[in-house]
Amino acid sequence: MNVPEITEMAIDAGYRTLKADAEKNGYRLNPDEEFVKNLIRGLLKNEQRYGYRACPCRLASGKKEEDLDIICPCDYRDADIEEHGTCYCALYVNEAIASGKQKVAPIPERRPPRSERGKYPAVKIVSTTAMPVFPLPVWRCRVCGYLCAREQPPGVCPICKASKERFERFV
Amino acid sequence: MLYALSTCQWCHKTKVLLEELGIAFDYEYVDLLEGKEQDSAMDSVERWNPSGSFPTLVIDNKRAIVGFREQEIREALAA
Repeated sequence: MNVPEITEMAIDAGYRTLKADAEKNGYRLNPDEEFVKNLIRGLLKNEQRYGYRACPCRLASGKKEEDLDIICPCDYRDADIEEHGTCYCALYVNEAIASGKQKVAPIPERRPPRSERGKYPAVKIVSTTAMPVFPLPVWRCRVCGYLCAREQPPGVCPICKASKERFERFV
Repeated sequence: MLYALSTCQWCHKTKVLLEELGIAFDYEYVDLLEGKEQDSAMDSVERWNPSGSFPTLVIDNKRAIVGFREQEIREALAA
Protein backbone atom coordinates (compact mmCIF):
# COMPACT_ATOMS: atom_id res chain seq x y z
CA MET A 1 0.00 0.00 0.00
CA ASN A 2 1.30 3.41 -0.93
CA VAL A 3 1.01 5.71 2.05
CA PRO A 4 1.85 9.37 1.54
CA GLU A 5 4.83 10.59 3.52
CA ILE A 6 4.11 12.84 6.49
CA THR A 7 5.99 16.00 5.59
CA GLU A 8 7.94 18.32 7.87
CA MET A 9 5.59 21.04 6.67
CA ALA A 10 2.54 19.14 7.91
CA ILE A 11 4.26 18.53 11.24
CA ASP A 12 5.21 22.20 11.62
CA ALA A 13 1.65 23.26 10.80
CA GLY A 14 0.28 20.68 13.27
CA TYR A 15 2.68 21.94 15.91
CA ARG A 16 1.63 25.58 15.51
CA THR A 17 -2.08 24.73 15.64
CA LEU A 18 -1.73 22.43 18.64
CA LYS A 19 0.39 24.93 20.57
CA ALA A 20 -1.99 27.82 19.85
CA ASP A 21 -5.05 25.73 20.79
CA ALA A 22 -3.40 24.45 23.95
CA GLU A 23 -2.40 27.87 25.17
CA LYS A 24 -5.75 29.39 24.32
CA ASN A 25 -7.41 26.74 26.48
CA GLY A 26 -5.06 26.94 29.45
CA TYR A 27 -2.86 23.95 28.60
CA ARG A 28 0.89 23.82 27.97
CA LEU A 29 2.91 21.69 25.58
CA ASN A 30 6.20 20.04 26.50
CA PRO A 31 8.93 22.67 25.99
CA ASP A 32 11.05 20.11 24.09
CA GLU A 33 9.95 21.06 20.60
CA GLU A 34 11.59 18.11 18.86
CA PHE A 35 9.93 15.65 21.24
CA VAL A 36 6.54 17.29 20.61
CA LYS A 37 7.04 17.27 16.85
CA ASN A 38 7.82 13.57 16.93
CA LEU A 39 4.58 13.01 18.82
CA ILE A 40 2.73 15.08 16.23
CA ARG A 41 4.24 12.89 13.53
CA GLY A 42 2.75 9.94 15.44
CA LEU A 43 -0.64 11.64 15.71
CA LEU A 44 -0.67 12.38 11.97
CA LYS A 45 0.45 8.81 11.28
CA ASN A 46 -2.43 7.49 13.37
CA GLU A 47 -4.86 9.82 11.64
CA GLN A 48 -3.66 8.32 8.38
CA ARG A 49 -3.88 4.74 9.65
CA TYR A 50 -7.10 4.86 11.64
CA GLY A 51 -8.89 8.03 10.57
CA TYR A 52 -8.52 9.70 13.97
CA ARG A 53 -5.69 10.97 16.11
CA ALA A 54 -5.23 8.07 18.47
CA CYS A 55 -2.63 8.49 21.21
CA PRO A 56 0.84 7.74 19.75
CA CYS A 57 1.94 6.07 23.00
CA ARG A 58 -0.89 3.55 23.22
CA LEU A 59 -1.93 0.73 20.94
CA ALA A 60 -5.10 1.72 19.10
CA SER A 61 -7.54 -1.00 18.10
CA GLY A 62 -8.50 0.75 14.90
CA LYS A 63 -12.15 0.64 15.97
CA LYS A 64 -13.12 4.19 16.81
CA GLU A 65 -15.73 3.30 19.42
CA GLU A 66 -13.08 1.35 21.37
CA ASP A 67 -10.50 4.09 21.03
CA LEU A 68 -12.59 7.17 21.88
CA ASP A 69 -10.92 7.49 25.28
CA ILE A 70 -7.44 7.68 23.70
CA ILE A 71 -8.15 10.14 20.92
CA CYS A 72 -5.80 13.02 21.66
CA PRO A 73 -6.40 14.86 23.94
CA CYS A 74 -7.32 11.68 25.79
CA ASP A 75 -9.78 11.26 28.66
CA TYR A 76 -6.83 10.79 31.04
CA ARG A 77 -4.87 13.95 30.24
CA ASP A 78 -6.24 16.28 32.91
CA ALA A 79 -6.00 13.76 35.74
CA ASP A 80 -2.45 12.86 34.72
CA ILE A 81 -1.32 16.48 34.48
CA GLU A 82 -2.86 17.06 37.89
CA GLU A 83 -1.21 14.03 39.52
CA HIS A 84 2.05 13.65 37.59
CA GLY A 85 2.59 16.98 35.85
CA THR A 86 2.31 15.52 32.37
CA CYS A 87 -0.02 13.50 30.19
CA TYR A 88 0.94 9.90 29.39
CA CYS A 89 2.93 10.86 26.25
CA ALA A 90 4.39 14.02 27.83
CA LEU A 91 2.82 16.05 25.06
CA TYR A 92 0.87 18.21 27.52
CA VAL A 93 2.61 19.29 30.71
CA ASN A 94 2.00 21.52 33.71
CA GLU A 95 3.33 25.02 34.15
CA ALA A 96 6.38 23.94 36.17
CA ILE A 97 7.57 21.64 33.38
CA ALA A 98 6.60 24.06 30.61
CA SER A 99 8.70 26.79 32.21
CA GLY A 100 11.66 24.47 32.77
CA LYS A 101 11.43 24.44 36.57
CA GLN A 102 10.67 20.74 36.71
CA LYS A 103 11.92 17.85 34.57
CA VAL A 104 9.58 15.68 32.56
CA ALA A 105 9.54 11.96 33.37
CA PRO A 106 7.50 8.96 32.23
CA ILE A 107 4.34 8.27 34.22
CA PRO A 108 2.25 5.14 34.86
CA GLU A 109 -0.62 4.16 32.55
CA ARG A 110 -4.03 5.27 33.80
CA ARG A 111 -6.08 3.63 31.05
CA PRO A 112 -7.52 0.29 32.17
CA PRO A 113 -5.88 -2.82 30.67
CA ARG A 114 -7.48 -4.55 27.64
CA SER A 115 -9.31 -7.09 29.77
CA GLU A 116 -10.99 -4.45 31.95
CA ARG A 117 -11.82 -2.04 29.21
CA GLY A 118 -15.54 -1.71 28.74
CA LYS A 119 -17.31 -0.14 25.88
CA TYR A 120 -17.38 3.60 26.08
CA PRO A 121 -20.41 4.23 28.30
CA ALA A 122 -22.97 6.32 26.46
CA VAL A 123 -25.14 6.76 29.51
CA LYS A 124 -23.92 6.58 33.05
CA ILE A 125 -26.29 6.90 35.97
CA VAL A 126 -24.44 8.91 38.53
CA SER A 127 -27.02 8.84 41.27
CA THR A 128 -30.50 7.50 41.64
CA THR A 129 -31.48 9.25 44.82
CA ALA A 130 -31.86 12.86 45.88
CA MET A 131 -31.25 14.04 42.36
CA PRO A 132 -33.56 16.84 41.33
CA VAL A 133 -35.39 16.37 38.07
CA PHE A 134 -33.99 18.75 35.49
CA PRO A 135 -35.95 19.89 32.46
CA LEU A 136 -32.99 18.92 30.25
CA PRO A 137 -30.30 16.26 30.36
CA VAL A 138 -26.82 17.40 31.42
CA TRP A 139 -23.89 16.32 29.23
CA ARG A 140 -20.29 16.12 30.32
CA CYS A 141 -17.24 16.37 28.08
CA ARG A 142 -14.97 13.49 29.09
CA VAL A 143 -11.91 15.38 27.92
CA CYS A 144 -12.23 18.65 29.85
CA GLY A 145 -15.26 18.24 32.12
CA TYR A 146 -17.37 20.94 30.47
CA LEU A 147 -21.06 20.56 31.41
CA CYS A 148 -24.07 21.75 29.50
CA ALA A 149 -27.80 21.22 29.78
CA ARG A 150 -29.46 20.66 26.42
CA GLU A 151 -31.31 17.98 24.46
CA GLN A 152 -28.14 16.75 22.75
CA PRO A 153 -24.45 17.28 23.45
CA PRO A 154 -22.89 19.98 21.28
CA GLY A 155 -21.29 18.90 17.99
CA VAL A 156 -17.97 20.16 19.28
CA CYS A 157 -17.02 20.98 22.86
CA PRO A 158 -16.87 24.79 23.03
CA ILE A 159 -14.04 24.59 25.56
CA CYS A 160 -11.65 21.94 24.32
CA LYS A 161 -13.02 21.21 20.82
CA ALA A 162 -13.54 17.50 21.53
CA SER A 163 -16.14 15.94 19.22
CA LYS A 164 -19.74 15.14 20.15
CA GLU A 165 -19.04 11.44 20.76
CA ARG A 166 -16.67 12.30 23.62
CA PHE A 167 -19.63 13.51 25.70
CA GLU A 168 -21.40 11.37 28.28
CA ARG A 169 -24.78 11.82 29.90
CA PHE A 170 -23.97 13.22 33.33
CA VAL A 171 -27.41 13.86 34.83
CA MET B 1 13.14 -8.12 23.89
CA LEU B 2 11.71 -4.63 23.53
CA TYR B 3 8.01 -4.32 22.83
CA ALA B 4 7.36 -0.86 21.48
CA LEU B 5 5.15 1.34 19.34
CA SER B 6 6.59 3.01 16.26
CA THR B 7 4.91 6.31 17.15
CA CYS B 8 5.75 6.45 20.87
CA GLN B 9 8.53 8.79 22.01
CA TRP B 10 9.24 6.99 25.29
CA CYS B 11 9.67 3.80 23.24
CA HIS B 12 12.02 5.66 20.94
CA LYS B 13 14.10 6.90 23.87
CA THR B 14 14.29 3.37 25.26
CA LYS B 15 15.48 1.97 21.95
CA VAL B 16 18.10 4.73 21.60
CA LEU B 17 19.34 4.00 25.14
CA LEU B 18 19.73 0.28 24.40
CA GLU B 19 21.62 1.12 21.22
CA GLU B 20 23.87 3.51 23.15
CA LEU B 21 24.58 0.82 25.72
CA GLY B 22 25.62 -1.48 22.90
CA ILE B 23 23.19 -4.18 24.02
CA ALA B 24 22.11 -6.86 21.55
CA PHE B 25 18.32 -6.83 21.54
CA ASP B 26 15.29 -7.68 19.46
CA TYR B 27 12.41 -5.31 19.19
CA GLU B 28 8.89 -5.44 17.91
CA TYR B 29 6.77 -2.48 16.88
CA VAL B 30 3.45 -3.93 17.95
CA ASP B 31 1.42 -1.25 16.16
CA LEU B 32 2.89 -2.38 12.85
CA LEU B 33 1.70 -5.97 13.35
CA GLU B 34 -1.77 -7.01 12.28
CA GLY B 35 -4.48 -9.42 13.38
CA LYS B 36 -3.31 -12.57 15.14
CA GLU B 37 0.32 -11.48 15.15
CA GLN B 38 -0.60 -8.34 17.04
CA ASP B 39 -2.85 -10.26 19.46
CA SER B 40 -0.11 -12.72 20.24
CA ALA B 41 2.42 -9.92 20.78
CA MET B 42 -0.06 -8.25 23.15
CA ASP B 43 -0.47 -11.51 25.05
CA SER B 44 3.30 -11.62 25.52
CA VAL B 45 3.40 -7.99 26.67
CA GLU B 46 0.59 -8.59 29.17
CA ARG B 47 2.32 -11.66 30.62
CA TRP B 48 5.12 -9.34 31.74
CA ASN B 49 3.13 -6.17 32.15
CA PRO B 50 -0.58 -6.63 32.87
CA SER B 51 -1.37 -3.03 31.93
CA GLY B 52 -0.24 -3.83 28.38
CA SER B 53 1.57 -0.51 28.06
CA PHE B 54 4.66 0.47 26.07
CA PRO B 55 7.58 0.30 26.12
CA THR B 56 7.87 -3.07 27.84
CA LEU B 57 11.45 -4.29 28.00
CA VAL B 58 11.86 -7.99 28.81
CA ILE B 59 15.38 -8.81 29.93
CA ASP B 60 16.64 -12.38 29.40
CA ASN B 61 13.11 -13.69 29.79
CA LYS B 62 13.53 -13.05 33.52
CA ARG B 63 12.24 -9.61 34.32
CA ALA B 64 10.51 -6.70 32.71
CA ILE B 65 10.96 -2.95 32.94
CA VAL B 66 7.90 -0.96 31.99
CA GLY B 67 8.36 2.54 30.63
CA PHE B 68 11.50 4.53 29.93
CA ARG B 69 13.07 4.06 33.36
CA GLU B 70 16.53 5.05 32.34
CA GLN B 71 18.32 4.43 35.62
CA GLU B 72 16.64 1.09 36.15
CA ILE B 73 17.44 -0.05 32.62
CA ARG B 74 21.07 1.00 32.97
CA GLU B 75 21.42 -0.84 36.28
CA ALA B 76 19.68 -3.97 35.08
CA LEU B 77 21.87 -4.19 32.01
CA ALA B 78 25.10 -3.35 33.80
CA ALA B 79 24.70 -6.39 36.05
